[in-house]
Amino acid sequence: MATTIEKIPVTIHRDRPPRRRGPSYMSTKSIWTWVTAIAGIVIALGMLLPIIWMVFTAFKPESDIVSFPPTLWPRELTIEHFVNVWDRIPFARLYVNTIVFAGSVTIISLFLDSMAAYALARIDFRGRGFVLVLILLLLMLPFQVTLIPLYDFLNSLGLTNTLPGMIIPRMTNAFGIFFLRQFFLSLPKDLEEAARVDGASEWRIYWGVIMPLARPALLTLGLFHFQYNWNDLLWPLIMSSDVASATLPAGLSLFMGQHVVEYGLLMAGSLLALLPVIVFFLLIQRSFVAGIATTGLK
Amino acid sequence: MTILDEAPPATGRERPVPPTRRSLKPSKRRSVTAWLFLAPSLAVLAAFMVYPMIQAAYLSMTDYNLIRAAEWVGLDNYVELFQDASFWNAFWNTVLYAVVVTPITVVLALALAIFLDRQFVGRAFVRTAIFLPFIVSLGIIAIAWAFLMDPNIGLVTYWLSQVGVVSSQGILSDPNWAMPAVMFVGVWKNVGFYMVIYLAGLQSIPQELREAARLDGAGAWQRFRHVTLPLLSNQTMLVSVMALIATLQAFDQIYVMTHGGPYFKTETLVMLIYREGFQELRFGYGAAISWVLLLFVFLLSMIQYGFFQRRQVRF
Repeated sequence: MATTIEKIPVTIHRDRPPRRRGPSYMSTKSIWTWVTAIAGIVIALGMLLPIIWMVFTAFKPESDIVSFPPTLWPRELTIEHFVNVWDRIPFARLYVNTIVFAGSVTIISLFLDSMAAYALARIDFRGRGFVLVLILLLLMLPFQVTLIPLYDFLNSLGLTNTLPGMIIPRMTNAFGIFFLRQFFLSLPKDLEEAARVDGASEWRIYWGVIMPLARPALLTLGLFHFQYNWNDLLWPLIMSSDVASATLPAGLSLFMGQHVVEYGLLMAGSLLALLPVIVFFLLIQRSFVAGIATTGLK
Repeated sequence: MTILDEAPPATGRERPVPPTRRSLKPSKRRSVTAWLFLAPSLAVLAAFMVYPMIQAAYLSMTDYNLIRAAEWVGLDNYVELFQDASFWNAFWNTVLYAVVVTPITVVLALALAIFLDRQFVGRAFVRTAIFLPFIVSLGIIAIAWAFLMDPNIGLVTYWLSQVGVVSSQGILSDPNWAMPAVMFVGVWKNVGFYMVIYLAGLQSIPQELREAARLDGAGAWQRFRHVTLPLLSNQTMLVSVMALIATLQAFDQIYVMTHGGPYFKTETLVMLIYREGFQELRFGYGAAISWVLLLFVFLLSMIQYGFFQRRQVRF
């Protein structure tokens, strides 16, 4: 049974291996560990099935994709789809649009969200409660409700079918403000007080003290903003009726079944479209878990 | 931070000292600073969220198609709505989708979190694999799912036929199978995100509590039922509310995989807003559906919140 000696590391480092290394039931324990590991791998492969399938299909020649019975593993390999996708559909245009749209929304909204969150978390002022309630109400508002008047409004400004028209309404975000406020609340007051005594302006405290401390939260929120906008389908679909301003999800889903019957081509395009978000996630993975664990999301 | 004795002039964000030559009281000055920090965000939120929301209420009482001026029709759109078979179809599809997908997602997320709270080789890989669908675009990956479920060349269709599950029209064109298929993809997409929230919750539970229960002789199920589950009630509330709101807004996989078909079997409220508003250009009618959706989301969130509020556990 678990002894007191084993319990000490358990309570301190919950995530580290020295957990229950009791020699008495080492063998059954290790069998269970293996069963667990195998079950985990099976679940993981199941979850990844469409992505794995996408990777293999993108490298299959067209004749292999449509042959029966279908197989997961390619019979031959080719990279022609990755070469062709750039001229068969206006893929480069879609890619640039998506980078501009998701990238600028992420950067601008991180900036505006954090400013608003700073005021709500660190400055005591009249009307704070009111603003907070407003933010919480907007948090619950389905974005689809604003869709039609928003389109109408931007249309009257001549901004439909343009990238600024897609970006401007997304420049700040109630969720982002709330998320960062929760994080800012958890930061210690001391540093800020010291800066204030030194005569630093609120702006200096925000930019020089709080923002550097908020790195994990900012990266996490950055990932949320980036993936949400990179992946968004409905908003770009409505705002862009031509390829000049379309983004990848809207563009590729339009090409599905309409212009392209070549599955390999579409899968190569889809795979390239997924790549930046996956890379972004893998890069900031550590900060991401810390960001979730230390903010209001728990 | 080092000493900053020269703040940039005329920014409106003065230093708090010295108080002698200031015309504003410190509390006033703080307020001005705070509102300056908030101003850009509030302007954007007001122009692109609050105003359109109110505008939606007005538009919902008009007949408007973007070309001719809006014509006031009072509550006609709502009256029509409640007599419209396609509205009720979309409404019940949305309810069905939410009622099936929300609990499955939450329970599965909790189960996966508890499973992945254990130590084993490859755990980090499994966690990442389960989370990855949340990161990737459903608008794009639904294309892959649609191909996997294709009646002729789909791998999933083929595998299902090998184990005796056969649908002659293909999964997505079969009225009985299309909805379960988009539901499945909906669960697949989001379960990893809620799992991460549960994992964060599990890590915040003091290990002593579970150890104490173990020493008291509680079995694994009892420890889960009486220790872990109550202490995760905050996460359960958050996850349930978020999952429910997300399911009520299901669109992407439906748009890509079925377009609301076959025979409108998978047409949800958001799909209907898109069809009426942006394909039929009936903006007023679409706005009315949007407001019904808003009230529905609000009502259900309140009920959920009230339900969990009475069951909250603090520690």
